[in-house]
Amino acid sequence: MKQSRLLRNAYLKNRQLKFFIGGTAVVLICLTGGLSLSQGSLEIGFKTVWITLWQMCIKGYNSEDPCQTILMVLRLPRVVMGVLAGFGLGVAGAVFQGVLRNPLASPTTLGVSAAAGLGAALAFVFDIGFAGKNFIVVGNAFVFSMIPALVIFCMARFRQATPEMMILSGIGMFYIFGAVTSMLEFLAAQDALKAMVVWLMGSLSRAKWGEIFVTASVLAISIPIVMWRSWDLNLMGLGDDAAKSLGTNPDKSRLTLMAVASLMTATIICFTGMIGFIGLVSPHICRMFLGADNRMLVPVSGLFGAIFLIVSDLVSRTIIAPVIVPVGIITSCVGGPLFLYLIMTKRKRQW
Amino acid sequence: MDIRLEKLAFNYGKSFVLNGISTRLEPGRIVAVCGPNGAGKSTLIKCINRILPSKGRILLSEKDINTLKMPQISKLLGYVPQDNTQVFSITVFDMVMMGRRPHIGWRSRKEDREKVLDVLEVMGLSHLGLRDFNQLSGGQQQKVIIARALVQEPEVLLLDEPTSSLDLGHQLEVMALMQCLAAEKKMLVVMSVHDLNLAAWYADQILMLKNGQVTCSGTPVEVMTPENILAVYGVVAQVKTEQQRPYVIPLQTARKNEFGIQN
Repeated sequence: MKQSRLLRNAYLKNRQLKFFIGGTAVVLICLTGGLSLSQGSLEIGFKTVWITLWQMCIKGYNSEDPCQTILMVLRLPRVVMGVLAGFGLGVAGAVFQGVLRNPLASPTTLGVSAAAGLGAALAFVFDIGFAGKNFIVVGNAFVFSMIPALVIFCMARFRQATPEMMILSGIGMFYIFGAVTSMLEFLAAQDALKAMVVWLMGSLSRAKWGEIFVTASVLAISIPIVMWRSWDLNLMGLGDDAAKSLGTNPDKSRLTLMAVASLMTATIICFTGMIGFIGLVSPHICRMFLGADNRMLVPVSGLFGAIFLIVSDLVSRTIIAPVIVPVGIITSCVGGPLFLYLIMTKRKRQW
Repeated sequence: MDIRLEKLAFNYGKSFVLNGISTRLEPGRIVAVCGPNGAGKSTLIKCINRILPSKGRILLSEKDINTLKMPQISKLLGYVPQDNTQVFSITVFDMVMMGRRPHIGWRSRKEDREKVLDVLEVMGLSHLGLRDFNQLSGGQQQKVIIARALVQEPEVLLLDEPTSSLDLGHQLEVMALMQCLAAEKKMLVVMSVHDLNLAAWYADQILMLKNGQVTCSGTPVEVMTPENILAVYGVVAQVKTEQQRPYVIPLQTARKNEFGIQN
């Protein structure tokens, strides 16, 4: 009985710690977000930022006030898009890894990013696209990035694809789309090439309130579905047979979750360009601290992704100001070493 | 709860793994499914709780399994798979908690937590509760998975070669636990077993499979005869009796191997 009591206490303490980590992540988003809002060519104090935001909330937006204008037009869209994109990519990464039972799964390794890149490249170089003039790049990127998901769907439907087959076919598509994109880069005219390369690197500068609204809506629908299915995600980690014996249908859950995660990724990538690494790293880092229970892991991975992207964006704007380095470069530069460090120092057999 | 199988069949395309299995499994008993590799032991176990879709009928207490939904089945039948490799680390506690899934919604309640703690206590796993499942020994892992099936509170326990990767001590421990569950909780325990002596020692009923069909079925004494073992395994064996239980001493293979040498 004593052992049991000890375990109960340890478990409860452990659970408290997990909620504490989640809470800390929310606070950190506010802090880093505020910091990011205060930085720029016109320095606004950290405190002033929050006071101004508060005023905008209660009194409405006043376009006469320069402080409010700068925040509303220039900085807030960046930061809000950063939070949404980081959150979405973090969640999608956790879902991909859970569904495919593979620590390598991410939007990049599944070919989603590469497909979006090809779509955008087609728009830049040949001006071919699915959507009207203003949305040609975004439209192409979105439509193309759903292709890998569709291929994986068809495989699952008609060939009873296992998780291994899914991720391998994703890597196959990654190379195919990458090769065609390289071909286009090779053929492209100078100015189209520049636009394309910059797009591919990923940036939050393109975000306007319209884009933010669309992204937020997609996330508002997707996140609850993922959270509701997070139990299934846990069970699927046990293998399909065990999952079935515990009353869930892994094939159905896999399709739903893959569809939702792909939709989230596609929506985000088409507005921001390729922001690598968050989808891969965020779930891993959170898993180190929280364990593999997806009910907790999925939201915290999203929160961590958001912090990560805001900080990266802040670095990208300040490191050689006034030049803004594409944020996709920073996420990999900051995230890579951090990730390596954690892999080497944390205990083994984590994944 | 008793289980009746009627002309159960399972096939991949044209090759039948199971072909017309009919039998009746009664509660409070340990049923061992024996047979050579590829005879369909694991497939049979997986068909019983509809992990695999089979032809024919499966009746759980005279109720057709196809009228039940998956969560309902998982409340009645617990399953211990053969392979339990985990990709991501998970604590023993969380692993066992998965067994409560059929009974709960999104949140795990306090009573579920207490049930998990109780089962861990009974299985002597409390001190491992927050350890990583992947870091446990094979025997401990097997016990954790059995604990997960028990916390499901099923009426039937299906185990796919639960003893195959265990040492002698753990094998007997697991079998003794099954005996206890069958005797005291009146559970029906169905397991596939490779070790004929283990099956003969503990089982109340043995199903001997070959090529997807039941060759013989009955008590250990009825099934474990030299004739049956020769017919099913192609092994010449001697069968002795110890405390009213048969035990098998394999002598030599009756098949010639490709080198033309017969032992």
